[in-house]
Parts: sequence; structure tokens; C-alpha cells
Amino acid sequence: MKILVCISHVPDTTSKINFSDDKKSFVTQGIQYIINPSDEIALARALELTEKDGGTVTVINVGDNTTEPTIRKALAIGATDAVRVNAVPRDAFFVATQIADYAKKNSFDLILTGRESIDYNGSLVSSMVAELLSLPSVNSVKALTIEGNIATLDREIEGGKEVVSCALPCVVSATEGMAEPRIPNMRGIMSARTKPLSVAEPVAAESMQQIVSYDKPLPRTQVKLIDPANVAALVDALHNEAKVI
Amino acid sequence: MNVLAYIETADGKLKKSALEIISYSAAIASQTGGQVTAIALGDVQADELAKAGRYGAAKVLHANNDKLKQFVSQAYASVVAEAAKTTQADVVILSNSFSGKAMAPRLAIKLQAGIADGAVALPDTAGGFKIKKTAFSGKAFADVELTSKVKIVTLVPNSFKVAENAATGAVEVFNPQISDSDFAVTVKEVVKASDKISLPEAEIVVSGGRGLKGPENWGMVEELAGLLGAATACSKPVSDANWRPHSEHVGQTGLAISPNLYIAIGISGAIQHLAGVSSSKTIVVINKDPEAPFFKAADYGIVGDAFEVVPKLIEEVKKFKAANS
Ligand SMILES: Cc1cc2nc3c(=O)[nH]c(=O)nc-3n(C[C@H](O)[C@H](O)[C@H](O)COP(=O)(O)OP(=O)(O)OC[C@H]3O[C@@H](n4cnc5c(N)ncnc54)[C@H](O)[C@@H]3O)c2cc1C
Ligand SMILES: Nc1ncnc2c1ncn2[C@@H]1O[C@H](COP(=O)(O)O)[C@@H](O)[C@H]1O
Repeated sequence: MKILVCISHVPDTTSKINFSDDKKSFVTQGIQYIINPSDEIALARALELTEKDGGTVTVINVGDNTTEPTIRKALAIGATDAVRVNAVPRDAFFVATQIADYAKKNSFDLILTGRESIDYNGSLVSSMVAELLSLPSVNSVKALTIEGNIATLDREIEGGKEVVSCALPCVVSATEGMAEPRIPNMRGIMSARTKPLSVAEPVAAESMQQIVSYDKPLPRTQVKLIDPANVAALVDALHNEAKVI
Repeated sequence: MNVLAYIETADGKLKKSALEIISYSAAIASQTGGQVTAIALGDVQADELAKAGRYGAAKVLHANNDKLKQFVSQAYASVVAEAAKTTQADVVILSNSFSGKAMAPRLAIKLQAGIADGAVALPDTAGGFKIKKTAFSGKAFADVELTSKVKIVTLVPNSFKVAENAATGAVEVFNPQISDSDFAVTVKEVVKASDKISLPEAEIVVSGGRGLKGPENWGMVEELAGLLGAATACSKPVSDANWRPHSEHVGQTGLAISPNLYIAIGISGAIQHLAGVSSSKTIVVINKDPEAPFFKAADYGIVGDAFEVVPKLIEEVKKFKAANS
């Protein structure tokens, strides 16, 4: 089985997010980068599947050369090879166009993404790739098994889950539960240095949106502390002051 | 601008998010001069369809057949794209729900539309289409300008107030042309805890962290939630330890929510947790450690042992309910 795993290079979850004075760009100084958390889950499941049934796991990232340490980390975790599409990821449509283009030329049985990247976008790339390739897709998948040519998946829905099935090839976005993320070991780190990481040039994709400015949520005013001996005061405040109950 | 509002239903009834979507669409249409068409798929009760008119839909399209009874994102996106074309929609609005998020990117490709995912306010349409949306999984907001002819917006649940806004609401059957290849995904089973309030849409959320020591102590969390008509949630370590299901995990790597009231019990307030809940309108923190970082991000706080405070709070809420019912 040939699996493609899409890896996004994102600020560490502990990062404080700050913007330039003109509010147009994200300040990257002092930021540590990681593999997007749900992409790590997708990668771990891809490795489990190929360890069981054989096959290869290719990781793809759309990014400039600063993302290479993140890609190497994916190789150290166990991916077979990697490709970087050499471009700053402008928006989800741009990224999806690059991934779809690569996937079309290299035909995969399964394309895995994370549920959502924790930086600019929100759960767009996966279904866009599927639509561009006219493939079925299943989002927010917390369990994925493959039997022959058929994938069985548990998809998250409001207040529950759905069990669905789908013939390969398909596009699946991974969320918690699908697999436990893996940590690279020494052997993995050593071998990652010599695993193939190719660089591809981007194809054109029209931009249909642009960021005007960024903002941070307003800080809350000072917390009102309520005496634990007088919990009634909380109920009163929630009803009469905050008007939320 | 003509607006197409994709409305979600459950058990034949409009979801609360559907009313938000129609109200929001009506506000855009009135701001720009245009008309709202709502579209619902699958089994929906006739009186529920008619309800869309009360909130501002001039027309309600209903597409249903054996295949559309279950949600398949690819097929649903095809139907809504076709409706967008026939109604000459300038904007398509969906909820930023699991299904909305699965359909919207496909629609964006089909309609060559720019997309604002996770919008939290009405667009500024004076001279363009600028809209505020969440970014960095709740740690920031971005104002984006959509420059395409057709625009797609997914609206964060609970970020727009439902408003009655009478319009004709004429219900029409919509017969889309759907191809078999759109139904490659087959739904085998739907497992729903239907008695529970859905977390993404909940107006009140009661959430527990590692401070609650173990799954056996969630009884009081559920009792409080039950009294308040709230959904329950938890921090990541709690779901990682299987004390609670993953679907309850809120935060940067879990669900991002924006209820009117978020009550955090025994949660320290780590940056990843705050990212997912900081757009809650009112936050209450109950923690025995006065130095817990969550107090800096809260509106009301009680420094105390959850095992003493929560039972008292339950009693007070009971009294309040008795006095106000
Ligand atoms: C990549 C990554 C992603 C992450 N994503 C998320 C995320 O999405 N969501 C998330 O929640 N976390 C996330 N985390 C974890 C996060 O960093 C914190 O570890 C986590 O939020 C802490 O959970 P907690 O507050 O329940 O537990 P703790 O930090 O252990 O806090 C427990 C709190 O309970 C209080 N307490 C103890 N006993 C009592 C008592 N009897 N009564 C009252 N209070 C009591 C303590 O004072 C303490 O403040 C992530 C971490 C990483 C590395
Ligand atoms: N620049 C990128 N390169 C490769 N994959 C990406 C990139 N951005 C996003 N993805 C993938 O798409 C998923 C969803 O991202 P998003 O649509 O940005 O929320 C991520 O979890 C990744 O798997």
C-alpha cells in the first residue's frame, strides 16, 4: 500500500502568538516549530498500516526550506521518503493544489492529513485535495482499519460518531484516537539523514483571499473572586450580572 | 448579495445552528440588498422547513431521496453547489460544524470560491467582503478579504444571535442531479448519545480537569451540567487517560468552543487549553490553587476544593431553579 501523509509545520502549542505592528504578519522570532499534532497521529497510523501489510509512507509538506527539520523529524519517526513543495503556503487552496498535483502524478492508495492545522487554516486542505482529485473523503476520523481495498472509519459527529466505509483510494483526516503519536528513536534519527527528501517546484494556484490583519482576543478584566463559603453569590452573579443562566 | 444558507437538521428538526445560519444570512442579505434561500437535505418535517421563513429565508429548498437520507459530504456538497448555481448565490453560509467543515472546502473548489472558515462576525461589505475569523486555533483572529465572485463562510456556532425576521419562506422541492460517484462513502452506523447536549453547540459547558482525580468523580460534573442544561467537556490529559471520551476534549488540539458560560473545574488553564475556550463569553474557574493560571483568564473564580465547592454549587443551582421556574 502506498500512503501519502500531509505534514504541516506549525508553531509549538506552547507558543504565544504575536503579530507585527502593522498586524499583517505573525512574528516568528523565538518560535519553535513542530509537526502539526493531528498530522503526527496520521503519520503514526500510516506506519502501523504499512508495518502490518507492507507498503510505503511518503510525507509531503508545502513550505520553504525552513520546514526541513520538521520533515526530517517525520522521516526519523519512520516515513519512507519525503517531498517538499518549495513555496510559502499562501492559503489552503494553494496548499491543496500542490498536494493534489503531486498525488496525481504519483498515485497513492490512501492520502492522510491531520484534522486541522493549528496555525492559519481550519480543516480545509483535506477535503480540498479530495475534491481536486475527485476522491471520496472522510473527516475527523478517530479509527481507521483497512481490509483489502476497503477502509472502515469512525468519524466524529456532533454528540457521537458515525461508522462509515469507503473503497480506496480516499482522503482521510485524522484526529485523536486513530493512533498514538510516535517519538523518533536514535536509529530513526540516524537513518533519517540519508532518507530521500526531494524538492518540487509549485504549480500555479490563484489566490482568492488575503489576510487584512490579525488580532488577539481581548484580555479579560480582573477575575471576581467569590468566597467558597458563599457559592450562592456565584449563582446570583451569573444570573443578574453576566446574565448567562 | 444573494445568500444560500445550508441548514443542518437532526431527527427531522432544524438544529439550533440552522437558526443561527439563517439569521446570519438574513443580516448579510439586508445589509447588501439580496435574498436568502435556505437549503436542507434528507428527511425534514414540513413544519420545520417552514420555520426557516420565520428567521429570514425567502425560499426554502428541500432535497431528499433515499440516498440523501444520510450525510455524505461529497454528495451533499454537490447538491449545495448545484443549488448555489441555480439560485445565483453570491455567498454560501454553512455552520462550522463537523459536516459543514467537510462540505465547505469541496464547495470552494466546485464554485471557485474563496472561503472564510470559522467566521465569528458579519462581513464588512462596504467596498468588498472582509470578515473576521478565528486563527491559530483560538489564539487569534484574522480579518480576511475574500476576492472571488462567490464566497463561502462557515460560521462558528454560538457566535451570532438568532433573530426572528419574517420572510415568505416558500418551501420548494429541489431535485438535484447527483451521480453515483458522489456516494463512495457508505454510512454503516450512527452512534449517538442523543440525550446529551452537543458540545460544539452548547450554550453552557461544564468542564473537568485532572484536579477531579478520576472518572468516578464525574458524577457531580454531570449533575451540574444536567441542572444547567449544559454539555460536559474536559482537558486533554483527562481524555488521554480515558476518564472521558476524546470527543469531550477541548483546547488547541481538541474542540474549540464558544459557549455563553464555561465552568472549569480542577483545570489549571494551560495555554493549549485556553486556546480552545477563551472565546467563551463568561468563564468561571473553580480551583484549589489560587496561583492557577486559569484565574487570569476567568471572569469569576472560586479558590477552593472542587469536592466541597461543586456540591454546594449544585445545591445553589437547584434553589435558583426552584425559585425561577
Ligand atoms: C502538543 C500538546 C497539545 C495540547 N493540547 C491540549 C488541549 O487541546 N487541551 C488541553 O486541555 N490541554 C492540552 N495540552 C495539555 C496542556 O499542556 C496541559 O497539560 C493540560 O491542559 C492540563 O490539564 P489539567 O488542567 O486538567 O491538569 P493539571 O495541569 O494537572 O491541573 C489540575 C488542576 O486541578 C487543580 N486541582 C487539584 N485538585 C483539586 C481539587 N480538589 N479541587 C480543585 N482544584 C484542584 C490543581 O490546582 C491544578 O490547577 C496539550 C499539550 C501538548 C504538549
Ligand atoms: N503546508 C502544508 N503542507 C502539507 N500539508 C499541509 C499543509 N498545511 C496543511 N496541511 C495538511 O492539511 C491538514 C489540514 O490543514 P488545515 O486545512 O490547514 O487545517 C493538516 O493537518 C495537514 O495534514
